[in-house]
Amino acid sequence: MVRIVYFAWVRERIGKAQEDLELPAGVATVADLIAWLGSRGPEYARAFAKPEVIRAAIDRAHVKPATPIAGASEIALFPPVTGG
Amino acid sequence: MPVRVQSHDFDIGTEVKRLTAGRTDIGAIVTFTGTMRGGTGEHPITSMTLEHYPGMTEAELERVEAEARARWQLQTSLVIHRHGEFRPGDNIVLVVTASPHRQAAFEAAEFLMDYLKTRAPFWKKEVGSDGAAHWVDARETDDTAAARWSHGVGPT
Repeated sequence: MVRIVYFAWVRERIGKAQEDLELPAGVATVADLIAWLGSRGPEYARAFAKPEVIRAAIDRAHVKPATPIAGASEIALFPPVTGG
Repeated sequence: MPVRVQSHDFDIGTEVKRLTAGRTDIGAIVTFTGTMRGGTGEHPITSMTLEHYPGMTEAELERVEAEARARWQLQTSLVIHRHGEFRPGDNIVLVVTASPHRQAAFEAAEFLMDYLKTRAPFWKKEVGSDGAAHWVDARETDDTAAARWSHGVGPT
């Protein structure tokens, strides 16, 4: 099980802030995870319609789409940040 | 090198005093304060919510600050970033840098802002005078501003 957390419009479109999921064997990278999540229902499809704009963090550090997710306990998916 | 993420306001004078009390090794203090804009006449913004990723926000701000301290000689520094509900004119972010001479303090403060804007996990949602809310889009100019620090600007 891995905890997936969502922020900003990703969270709003999916309708939840976090969930614990068992990932299928073929989901090896952040990009794989986003593609798989996008197939889980219309709300997910809407949140991940443009996977290239989605940013990710593994265990609270920024990662790239190609980063492997093996061993992660918390994966966050969110839009580009707009603080400051 | 404190980093604070909080919902309540900050007072610049109090923070600078606290940071530099009793120190005689500082010759330059730079403060930057980011505040909320109320939009323009055509597109007024009446309020804003700043969401963040508790835990990662602090970690990321600490990484950014450590990077600044590795690049410039800073005697001390401070980053405060607020989250929650905002009105136009409210304080959002405070960066304070202190160094023996002004150049390091100026550059480090600018670097801290450029980096935290592209790396600290905050998201702004604005509400206009018509009541419609929208998430603020990231600006490409912020990425450009952060990227220039990788091209030999600042001390090596």
